[in-house]
Amino acid sequence: MDRDMVETVSLRWLRRLVIAAFLVVTVFPFYYMLVLSVRPIERLLLDPGSLVVGFGELTVATYAEVLKATDDGGQGFLTFIRNSGLVAVAATVLTLLVAIPGAYAVARLRFFGRRQVDFLFLAVYLFPSIVIAIPLFVVFSLAGLRGSLFGLVLVYISQTLPVSVYMLKNYFETIPVSLEESAAIDGAGRLGIIRRVSLPLAMPSIMAVALYDFMIAWNEFLFALLFLVDKPDRWTVSLGLSLLADGVEVPKTVLMAGSVVLTLPIVILFFASERLLTEGLTSGAEKG
Amino acid sequence: MTTTAPDTGRSPTEERPAPPGRRPLTLRRRESRAGLALVAPTLLVTIAVIGIPIVWTVVLAFQRVRLATLRKTGLFGEFTMDNIDRVLHTPGFADTLWVTLLYSIGGTVGSIALGLVAALVVRRPFRGRTLVRASMLLPYVAPVVAVTFVWQVMLDPQLGIVNHWGQRLLGWDAPVPFLTQESTALATVIVFEAWRYFPFAFLFLLARLQAVPGELEEAARVDGATPTQRFRHILLPQLLPVIALLGVLRFIMTFNKFDDVYLLTGGAAGTEVVSVRVYEFLTARTDIGAAAAQAVVLAVVLIVFVLIYLRFFGRRVG
Repeated sequence: MDRDMVETVSLRWLRRLVIAAFLVVTVFPFYYMLVLSVRPIERLLLDPGSLVVGFGELTVATYAEVLKATDDGGQGFLTFIRNSGLVAVAATVLTLLVAIPGAYAVARLRFFGRRQVDFLFLAVYLFPSIVIAIPLFVVFSLAGLRGSLFGLVLVYISQTLPVSVYMLKNYFETIPVSLEESAAIDGAGRLGIIRRVSLPLAMPSIMAVALYDFMIAWNEFLFALLFLVDKPDRWTVSLGLSLLADGVEVPKTVLMAGSVVLTLPIVILFFASERLLTEGLTSGAEKG
Repeated sequence: MTTTAPDTGRSPTEERPAPPGRRPLTLRRRESRAGLALVAPTLLVTIAVIGIPIVWTVVLAFQRVRLATLRKTGLFGEFTMDNIDRVLHTPGFADTLWVTLLYSIGGTVGSIALGLVAALVVRRPFRGRTLVRASMLLPYVAPVVAVTFVWQVMLDPQLGIVNHWGQRLLGWDAPVPFLTQESTALATVIVFEAWRYFPFAFLFLLARLQAVPGELEEAARVDGATPTQRFRHILLPQLLPVIALLGVLRFIMTFNKFDDVYLLTGGAAGTEVVSVRVYEFLTARTDIGAAAAQAVVLAVVLIVFVLIYLRFFGRRVG
């Protein structure tokens, strides 16, 4: 056998092995999370190495405890889910409302300062969140906005806006100008062109950006921690979960149930829209 | 990706010279007005929620401000270099900066290396590829609070699965407290970072790999190049610009990272990165001036690194 054969054959096997390894490494933590969340804590302490749940030991008491309202002796995660949902949806809608016209303008129209605006968005999205957090913390403290979900929505817009503009801009640039020109010849004004031609064409990209914005807002932790910590009824799921772990001794299985509740909506959303999202992400850089 | 194509967006009417005198607006000027009008909301929001805070942080860095005294000092209190001076000479700051640097370099290199391997193995179609690709993105899209938790539980000395199997199968003498002892905490945090963000590199590298023209490789194969040779001489040169760009992006993002480290270790056991330290000053000590000063130092160090990088690694990037 010559070198080419040896390499081809061994690489073929190596490739399968590496794919399997990657699958284990990426999926296992989520599987582990799920398994722990449905086991009673005593079983876990007895046998921490076990990775299958016997039919007899299966429990959903952990989920009941996490989801029940605090008045009923639970952890009140239903309220947190509502808060997270509200904040994430509001941030997504508002971001899109502002980002779409801006991205269109940067992609299509020549105006004074276009290059500078373009550069500004790139610079801004690479800036440390913690730098922005300091004065916002101060302002919200002084203005009494601490503990307000609206304040949080404002901050999330700042986190998602630059990336959204970038992703949308790149997409608008791929739409052939000729389509818009023919609409213009038919007598459509600028807004009419955007509404009837550009927006429908950009719909896949807009959906991808919306999903991305929703994920960022749903997953966010630092700003929720800074702004909402004193108001337990306003906590988001991320914040509620992290504070639950810091507080009095809560069984690990209950924490895992909380993690599943936090992760599941995002994973479902992600698998439902994977192709859309990955294409959107690679056409615009993003913040992680 | 981040490159702009300035010519594609031009309207066909731009070449028309502006007519003299007061006439109805030319198409060119109308376009300019429409552009400004459409971009104005985006710009205003950006300036309000990002621009002003950044400037204000810089201002705060040069004032002696604590949360309790803030109402009195106002925006234009006495300016002083105290904070910067204090921050630079506080014991521990140099360590923090060093830890941040190690963490950023380790996380960047690790995530790009993993991402490259992942992109290479799923490059060619096979059954179930879509599912494999989606699964590989999981660490990246899942909420940070949830994934840091799972890692904490997996690495837990008492009931964690890693220590359980490590003792059973690998013959470890005692459970390893990965996240709480000095000798392993930083390394663990770096491994976590590589695990969580390799999908980011994976996505970009895979997209680039799929754009490599097939004839190039075919020609090399006909010439007798083996798979590893084809990788070194054909694929790698094509990927280098993306790898360079990813290097810059991931370095910046890791350097600024707060939540991963904060949630994993709280900054204990030699893992205190700058942003966690800033957070401590801001909330635990409510020393806003010092917090702002450290944030500014963080930003300046970052800008210097990026400038050095751009200076040495050419203009291909950005």
